[in-house]
Amino acid sequence: MTARLLWPGLAALSLILAALVAQMPGWALLPPAALHLDMAAWVSAAMVWLVEQATFGLFTVKQATRALAAMIEWPYEAARVLLVDGITEGRGRKAVTLVPPLSWIAVTVAMGTLGVYARNLWLGLGVGALFLYLAVFGQWESAMITLASIVIAVPIGVMGGLVLGVAAYLSPRFDRLQSPVLDLMQTVPTFAYLVPILFLFGFGPVAALLATVIYAMPPMVRITTLALRSIPPEINDFARMVGCTGWQRLRKVLLPAALPDLMVGVNQVIMLSLNMVIIASMIGAGGLGFDVLNALRRLDIGAGVEAGLAITALAVALDRLSQALALRAGLPDAATGSWIKRHPKTLAVLALVLATGLLGLVWPWLQTYPKAGELSTKAFWSDLVKSININYFDQLEAWRTFVLTYMLLPVKRFLLALPWPWVVALVTLAGWQLGRARLAALCLGLSLFLVAAGLWEQAMTTVYLCGVSVVVAVLVGLPLGVLAASNATAGKVIGGVIDTLQTLPSFVYLIPVVMLFRVGDFSAMTAVVLYALAPAVRYTAHGLRAVPEELVEAGTVCGCTPWQVLTRIRLPMALPDILLGVNQTIMLALSMLVITALVGTRDLGQEVYIALTRADTGAGIVAGVCVAALAIIADRLIAAGAAQARARLGMGGDA
Amino acid sequence: MTDRPVKLACRHVWKLYGPHPERLLSGAVPSLEQIRAAGLVGAVRDVSLEVRTGEIFVIMGLSGSGKSTLVRCLSRLIEPTAGEILFNGQDLLQTSAREMIEIRRHRMGMVFQHFALLPHLTVLQNVAFPLEIQGVDRAAREARAAEVIALVGLAGREGNFPRQLSGGQQQRVGIARSLAVEPELWFLDEPFSALDPLIRREMQDEFLRIQRQLQKTIIFITHDFDEAIRLADRIAIMKDGAVVQVATPEQLVLAPADAYVAAFTAHVPRAKVVTLASIAQPGDGPVAGNLPGSARIEAVADQIEAASLPFAVLDDEGRVIGQVTGRAVIDVLIGRGR
Ligand SMILES: Nc1ncnc2c1ncn2[C@@H]1O[C@H](COP(=O)(O)OP(=O)(O)OP(=O)(O)O)[C@@H](O)[C@H]1O
Ligand SMILES: [Mg+2]
Repeated sequence: MTARLLWPGLAALSLILAALVAQMPGWALLPPAALHLDMAAWVSAAMVWLVEQATFGLFTVKQATRALAAMIEWPYEAARVLLVDGITEGRGRKAVTLVPPLSWIAVTVAMGTLGVYARNLWLGLGVGALFLYLAVFGQWESAMITLASIVIAVPIGVMGGLVLGVAAYLSPRFDRLQSPVLDLMQTVPTFAYLVPILFLFGFGPVAALLATVIYAMPPMVRITTLALRSIPPEINDFARMVGCTGWQRLRKVLLPAALPDLMVGVNQVIMLSLNMVIIASMIGAGGLGFDVLNALRRLDIGAGVEAGLAITALAVALDRLSQALALRAGLPDAATGSWIKRHPKTLAVLALVLATGLLGLVWPWLQTYPKAGELSTKAFWSDLVKSININYFDQLEAWRTFVLTYMLLPVKRFLLALPWPWVVALVTLAGWQLGRARLAALCLGLSLFLVAAGLWEQAMTTVYLCGVSVVVAVLVGLPLGVLAASNATAGKVIGGVIDTLQTLPSFVYLIPVVMLFRVGDFSAMTAVVLYALAPAVRYTAHGLRAVPEELVEAGTVCGCTPWQVLTRIRLPMALPDILLGVNQTIMLALSMLVITALVGTRDLGQEVYIALTRADTGAGIVAGVCVAALAIIADRLIAAGAAQARARLGMGGDA
Repeated sequence: MTDRPVKLACRHVWKLYGPHPERLLSGAVPSLEQIRAAGLVGAVRDVSLEVRTGEIFVIMGLSGSGKSTLVRCLSRLIEPTAGEILFNGQDLLQTSAREMIEIRRHRMGMVFQHFALLPHLTVLQNVAFPLEIQGVDRAAREARAAEVIALVGLAGREGNFPRQLSGGQQQRVGIARSLAVEPELWFLDEPFSALDPLIRREMQDEFLRIQRQLQKTIIFITHDFDEAIRLADRIAIMKDGAVVQVATPEQLVLAPADAYVAAFTAHVPRAKVVTLASIAQPGDGPVAGNLPGSARIEAVADQIEAASLPFAVLDDEGRVIGQVTGRAVIDVLIGRGR
């Protein structure tokens, strides 16, 4: 009885405390400066030491980073030569092209052919059309710069992930060591490690590539380990029983058997790389991301939408291609005969590359899509947004003001009015209830870290923006998930939309939102909700579909109405899955918050962004780790809650 | 049989799952209760066996009694917690990894309970896989693979992937894969469980044929007593990880070591296992003819019943050890007390 009243009681107390904000002493509202540790300065000092003095004995850290940079730079330059620059003599305007890059026709046809190879003619035509779109709408060069980064980042990310994943599979100790590092890499917002990378590697495409790889690799590591572990143990036994050496076992049995799963990882790496390449344009990656960023800064609506659409086209093309390749990975290569006979498509594409390259010297339009043929939608988008803003300004503004005054601001005021010791105590208590001493200690430690970092107010603002966004996303996503699970047609439509939404780099969401609602918390929230909606829908639908049919039948036989079946059987059984979806939603929301710093929020994301623009390593890292701390608290609490729900439903297993 | 050399022997083999199993084994031999109290699972407990060259040795027991685990210990797929395993007199647990690979490539084979087919390879490639690992060239191994695939009745499916086959077909691919190598020591973990009765019988005959021709040693796990009776020279009955009794099928039926074994064999038709030697009565009257003492009653019942006189029963050397009457046979057939 007391247990059931505990949290409502605490909530009521919190409200009372918040109402007493005027009477509250200052030290209770904001942690006094005496409690701050100047971690930012320590980190900065450590970084300076690292770069200027630290050595690995034979060589200095600086030399090591230089060497690493050179190793990445070389293939990147090669990719750029191939896709963007060609081989040139001289510099700047006087440069003479000796060998041109791949022509737009060659790249488009090559990508289309890959689509045909991966699935069928339709995919080939679709992918070809998307690349054609890039050429026709004048986004070709930026798109190719972005593609060059992807082409380099993805193989590095995949190979690195594969090696680390296999190592973790083979050595449980290594797995235990790297697991928390991976956790951190995935929860620290991307911006935060742009800062130290910028510091170590300087401004430019190499630093951007490195950040991209760091960001995109962890899922590959995880998926590799998981895929290898989920191979039936008998297959492993079989490999040993026929006398495979360790290497044979890995190469001939385990990795091929895991290939379909591994390809899912490759798809992930591609999508995350794309997302990150866009973000990394801030530290000099150039390409489409730079165009978007530029447009956002200048509030150039038309250019922003165009570049955003180009990113979308590239993302959709790469996603569909890699997914089709993943599905294909399980299938055989039926063709036999000589290499030439087996690869007619490759040969045709190579011939086309040569032909367009040579003939392009005579007819330039074969080489580069002619400017005269370019279409521009800039004016269209600007006019559209202008007319929306003129005609619907009142409605949009009313809606924005309504949500701001009745939803966002009250929550913000409430959270900021809570004394920090009270919040710390509540979080710790939640940890205790869900996971006893260990979880309680973790929650206490991490929340005190926020206090010590001196970023309490920003942290609470983050909680507020993220919390509201997540609640909205779940409120929207849950019914959509239910709908998708209960109706096949709706499921297909919703699934398609959600899939596409998820392939879009986070940046893209900002564009329409800023255009309609200008900068501010409301725009940020809307963008976050759009970005973080997908897992809420997807996990709900998945959880509902996974409820055993027998249970539903049992309910029906007992005379449950469809509504009762849903609320009494399906939803409770799907609760653990739904909670995982909420968890994912929170993670996405947190990562998006840092990006919404561009539209002028005042949370931790903004701290990171400011640190980035000032190249202030210490401040950037500390603020980034604060976001990670929030993410970890939310993640662990929800995971523990889901595990409890599972145990209660007798599903066994730990989440 | 007892004169043949021992192919595989194990002494006091233990496999305990759980934290720090070696601690429990350092002292006196622990009982099942002690193992459970320590939070461990006694998957294999103190098993000692000897399997001779050319023998078909069947392991039976309820689900979870440790059969698969024992076989995995014998093939050293898992390291036993304690014990000794001798293959042709060589201690497998002391064998280097390199040498173990050689032994497994050429001298041991296994058919897995859940088939363990490689999902990314076709039927043909699956069956040829062990040969590929041995380093056999492509043409030779694919020819051999096609041969055994035809033998298990899957000719024409060579290009299929495992997921395109039914359970029974997949199992036959697993059998073919093992047949392709013809190792001297064969571990078969419920190799026929997914087959229909007709094909199952064909496969049993095939293994019997190979085994007789090539003197293979087979360690065979099954749940099916009929199958055990058909194939087994000796049967080991396992319970909770321990071997309760090792005996011929007839001895198991006639002299079960305890109530568990008795319950296990209760529904076995006695005529299928009881031999003439064990029901022969002394007598020296006129006889209708001679019959070998090793003949099972089921095989000769019609003959004895049809004759008006008893038959003389001869031992392996051809000496008369007694007589059987039609009445004694009927006693066994209808289970009348003896
Ligand atoms: N890796 C493991 N960890 C813990 N316990 C295990 C492990 N493998 C097997 N066991 C336990 O060992 C016991 C024996 O399992 P085993 O697979 O050998 O049974 P089995 O006799 O082959 O059963 P079946 O007829 O169902 O195949 C079981 O109680 C099982 O739970
Ligand atoms: Mg088994």
